[in-house]
Amino acid sequence: MTENAQKGKTWEPRVLAFLCRWCSYAGADLTGSSRLNYPANVRILRVPCSGRVDPLFILKALRSGLDGVLVSGCHPGDCHYTAGNYHARRKFIILSRLLEYVGLDPRRVQFSWVSAAEGDKFAQVVREVVADVKELGPNELFRIPEFAPE
Amino acid sequence: MARIGVFVCHCGTNIAGTVDVKYVAEEVAKEKGVLISRDYKYMCSAPGQNIIKDYIRLYKLDRVVVASCSPLLHERTFQNTVKEEGLNPYLMEMANIREQCSWVHKDRVEATQKAIELIKMAIAKVRMNEPLYPKRLSIKRQALVIGGGISGIQAALDIAMVGHPVILVERSPSIGGRMAQFDKTFPTLDCAACILTPKMVDVRSHPLIRILTYAEVESVQGYVGNFEVKIRQKARSVDMSKCTGCGECLQKCPVRVESEFDLGLGKRGAIYIPFPQAVPNVPVIDREHCRYFTQGKCKVCQRVCPGEAIDYEQEDQIITEKVGAIVVATGFDLSEPTEYSEYGGGRYKDVISGLQFERMINAAGPTEGHLKRPSDGREPKTIVFIQCVGSRDESLGRPYCSKMCCMYTAKHAILTKEHNPDAQVYVFYIDIRAAGKNYEEFVRRAIEQYGAVYLRGRVSRILEKDGKLIVRGADTLVHGQVEIEADMVVLATALVARKDAVHLAQMLGIPYDQNHFFTELHPKLAPVENVTSGIYLTGACQAPKDIPDSVASASGASVKVCALFATEELIADPITAQLNPALCSLCKVCQEICPFGAIKEEEVTKPDGQVVKQMRVIEGVCHGCGLCVSSCRPGALTLQGFTDQQIVAEINTLASSF
Repeated sequence: MTENAQKGKTWEPRVLAFLCRWCSYAGADLTGSSRLNYPANVRILRVPCSGRVDPLFILKALRSGLDGVLVSGCHPGDCHYTAGNYHARRKFIILSRLLEYVGLDPRRVQFSWVSAAEGDKFAQVVREVVADVKELGPNELFRIPEFAPE
Repeated sequence: MARIGVFVCHCGTNIAGTVDVKYVAEEVAKEKGVLISRDYKYMCSAPGQNIIKDYIRLYKLDRVVVASCSPLLHERTFQNTVKEEGLNPYLMEMANIREQCSWVHKDRVEATQKAIELIKMAIAKVRMNEPLYPKRLSIKRQALVIGGGISGIQAALDIAMVGHPVILVERSPSIGGRMAQFDKTFPTLDCAACILTPKMVDVRSHPLIRILTYAEVESVQGYVGNFEVKIRQKARSVDMSKCTGCGECLQKCPVRVESEFDLGLGKRGAIYIPFPQAVPNVPVIDREHCRYFTQGKCKVCQRVCPGEAIDYEQEDQIITEKVGAIVVATGFDLSEPTEYSEYGGGRYKDVISGLQFERMINAAGPTEGHLKRPSDGREPKTIVFIQCVGSRDESLGRPYCSKMCCMYTAKHAILTKEHNPDAQVYVFYIDIRAAGKNYEEFVRRAIEQYGAVYLRGRVSRILEKDGKLIVRGADTLVHGQVEIEADMVVLATALVARKDAVHLAQMLGIPYDQNHFFTELHPKLAPVENVTSGIYLTGACQAPKDIPDSVASASGASVKVCALFATEELIADPITAQLNPALCSLCKVCQEICPFGAIKEEEVTKPDGQVVKQMRVIEGVCHGCGLCVSSCRPGALTLQGFTDQQIVAEINTLASSF
């Protein structure tokens, strides 16, 4: 399915990152304009606020076979919409407990604060998340046929 | 079925250097609904935009994906491109294959693969895009300027000159800011007060400017064009309308406390004005130190006041105002000299800061312009100036250069020599940074004409011995140790963000950097704008800035405010939440969590006459964060432009191709 698999390379993790448009997405842009590097295992999806990320999106991503999810928003107190990141954090604390309960290592879903001025931090966060997911190996929880994505 | 066109930009070699753009264009052309996929050297250029337009016409495209740089940079550009061909601008999506792909990856295969997937995600999303129509909002053509220093003064004057009312809020009892504390200004040696006070008077007498001193912004609500601000007018205890500024009370107040304006070098009464040219020239009572307020009796000021202006009963007032734009001009603080304990700041009386020196040499200052050692009042014969005290120091987490210190230290050296030609002046420096009009010449003057001795190196230690300060340091140009017996040491402490800068940033919803300076929209091309539209930055609240830079940025910010006020109505982002009452269970979670109070319950009369309760999103108030949408249990809410279906489509696309 993946190009890496076709080339017979070793397995590489596939991580989806939800970034809020005000802080973390702009921070990821700064990573680029500063020409910093990070592993190419991450794909970015822009949302208005980390508070827009429905926990179901994360479950959907994991159920579809992606290996890890990163949600990144503004630092506490800096949310462009004043409190979206706090609500997001609360939701993900509960979600990670649920994931643990169903047998998924909570490190597959990570949450971080990256501001628009923290290009280097974004690169660092991606490196860490990718390293964690790499260590955990492929996400096979939903590979059971009856649970496979449609 | 959507008719999609994909346009892949090379951005010169910025993208094409790492991503095989031709291959990308071929691959994404295979996606469902994609009728045309083209690559071009610069999509944002006029010929590039024309390619997009031509294909919209030729293929009757109804959806467009542009794969290029960040949407934060060019979303507006390409929205306008498709709009010119009659497409709704919200039917265009961007895939960021530069900042988030070609610039961060080196491997061509990986980057190319990633670019393809990012574009496929954008295609999946754009298929479900709906035309959206911007909201039109009115503008309140009144500006708020926070901070009454030179930046705020300039901004207020410029905006008022165009004919818009301005509210200038200053938290200390007088406007004037840092500049009012200075003696002379580099590189011309103009007297700071002589050039500042006429501007202060202009502000005071301008009919469109309302000055609120001894006041602080307490809360800010709303959005560009329609902010509602609450300002706390602290109780002055003096009736502004009755006070004539005669100064009788200042003379008679029995309390003497350290003056903040003179940085502890002088005293003031409990009723005081910070400096003689204060605007407004109306004193305040410092209730913390006033005998009447602390001990219940005294009232000397009330007895001597000929205008019966003293009012001990006055209370803080909250003033609510509507403004369309806010200029932030809150300036800077200085780092504490005590940070370097080896220099004895705070411990040795004769080790002072640059700003204290400024007050000391000012004719209106606590020593009436005479250089006097704070310890014994004698005139110092040997003065050592130390630069970069707290700046350019990684160990303090402050790697930046404070920019002004090289210049004001040269000024202090010259002023010292002007004052006492026999004085010995030494300056310890790391580098001299004198980039500015006539700045380098000014430093050369200090050295060549006035004989200030510049020593390149750091001071390691200062010891107090027999009433002298022994300054030990290195002179790296002669590779040796030096020891100077000084009478006084002046530390060029670092310019730092205001202590409560983060608090204000959070109140305004504006970003700040790791040093707590406020962040502009773009460091080069939008230096006074902010991501939060309607808020503009000026002066040293952004980064260390000298007077010319501060004044220039204030005028820049003012032009932006006036340009905003010149538009007839505001076009606001149509990305707002939509509610389907048929699915709503009236749980009201959305109402509780909405940060803007944009969701209200209302009563609706149905066609059959039945009155039912319904939740409603007030579009003008909704900011489009989507918090309510992701928290709505029955799924009654949706966010235009970022619907659940769109996001899930992106996830599915990614999962099947990544």
